[in-house]
Amino acid sequence: MEVKTGTWTEKKGLAQMLKGGVIMDVVNAEQAKIAEDAGACAVMALERVPADIRADGGVARMSDPDMILKIIDAVSIPVMAKCRIGHFVEAQILESLGVDYIDESEVLTPADEEHHILKHNFKVPFVCGCRNIGEALRRIGEGAAMIRTKGEAGTGDVVEAVRHARSVIGSIRQLQTMNDEELMTFAKNNGAPYELVKETKELGRMPVVNFAAGGVATPADAALMMQLGVDGVFVGSGIFKSGDPAKRAVAIVKSVTHYKDAAILAEVSTNLGEAMVGRNAAQMPEEEKLATRGW
Amino acid sequence: MKIGVLALQGDFSEHIAMLKRLNVEASEVRLPKHLDGLDGLIIPGGESTTIGKLAVAYNLMEPLRTFGQRHAIWGTCAGAIFLSKDISRDQPLLKLMDIKVQRNAFGRQIDSFETDLDIPELKQATGTTENYHAVFIRAPIIESVSGDAKILASVPDGRIVAAQQGQFLATSFHPELTDDTRFHEYFLSLVD
Repeated sequence: MEVKTGTWTEKKGLAQMLKGGVIMDVVNAEQAKIAEDAGACAVMALERVPADIRADGGVARMSDPDMILKIIDAVSIPVMAKCRIGHFVEAQILESLGVDYIDESEVLTPADEEHHILKHNFKVPFVCGCRNIGEALRRIGEGAAMIRTKGEAGTGDVVEAVRHARSVIGSIRQLQTMNDEELMTFAKNNGAPYELVKETKELGRMPVVNFAAGGVATPADAALMMQLGVDGVFVGSGIFKSGDPAKRAVAIVKSVTHYKDAAILAEVSTNLGEAMVGRNAAQMPEEEKLATRGW
Repeated sequence: MKIGVLALQGDFSEHIAMLKRLNVEASEVRLPKHLDGLDGLIIPGGESTTIGKLAVAYNLMEPLRTFGQRHAIWGTCAGAIFLSKDISRDQPLLKLMDIKVQRNAFGRQIDSFETDLDIPELKQATGTTENYHAVFIRAPIIESVSGDAKILASVPDGRIVAAQQGQFLATSFHPELTDDTRFHEYFLSLVD
């Protein structure tokens, strides 16, 4: 019997298995174990969390394969890793290591200021960031099998995550009310592939799974994103830059499952210790915003 | 008939969509009280460690076992792991089925695959002749069945990917990611 690997169904499907879950940034095997024990549905292996990338400055690149392999060995849940926007050789390396998902991420320094990776060329699936429906559908057009709204990574301020999720979800609602002759103009105005605009209208949702990212620091933040209509949440600096990472990680996992139950949200928000030190994203100069990277 | 889908984490909305296509009432189960009034339960794909931890945290383990004594339960992928008796590692299991399961048995995501399976019971129950197109994602295998658990499907090299024990059903693959409703119909035939 014929066996097919690396299909679109397979790529999209793994993201479907992550829904209703929390994907946590981890920088070593110990943190990966803490994340798995807390109930993370996947981990993102990277050398520095976004808050440290911001503080350190310089060029942020793909992580050392040794560190990624140690994390793969440490946990049974899926392991994701980041490559730079447009850096298809970093992506080839990550694929050869056996990572389960690649994040072509604006958190790292872009390698190409005009083009993203042609992700259909890979067997491993990709997740990409977006700020709006046009950016989301362009990435899916290139082969991203999962989307995350970008927010503003490393700030602990959820305002940009809300802005981007509202933009994407609002556009999908808007599409529902359009008749078919308006779709080409929508595609033109948003810089989005026409076929994917049509598909999004027909489905009434994004054609692939859509998580929120960038600034989620508390259980209430995570539940807010879920109630706005995303499928799950990435938490970067928010867990391991907080006072009690293990406790906060469990609380955020519970808040994503019980996102509509205010009594449970109150309970898991209690006595969590200090949240990460935030940085006001709305007052940040445009050139410091990571979310503006992506074309 | 009303079927619950365990909605702690994973692709529960895909199962609900399949049930709705079959005109079956479906609801999400996150807490023990959500089991009231249900005739059967599906445990979806997702991460079995996450689902297990949340089931323990919200006191679902015993209510799910009690529910299983009188009702049909079907687990897909992570759900099959959760139903099993033994997975050779320490994580919460319902232990309702006499099956031994190995997680991520085919490798990592790049090894995930689709293939056609010949499942005689499924063809017979639904009066169809076509093979079943199965989607495996970081899939487990059923290493062995014991007691009155029986094998429903295997891949060509002999590894077991679906099993049944009375009202319990376990599949390594994801019928909820296909357009083929036969496995959901088969499960509904087990519901009283």
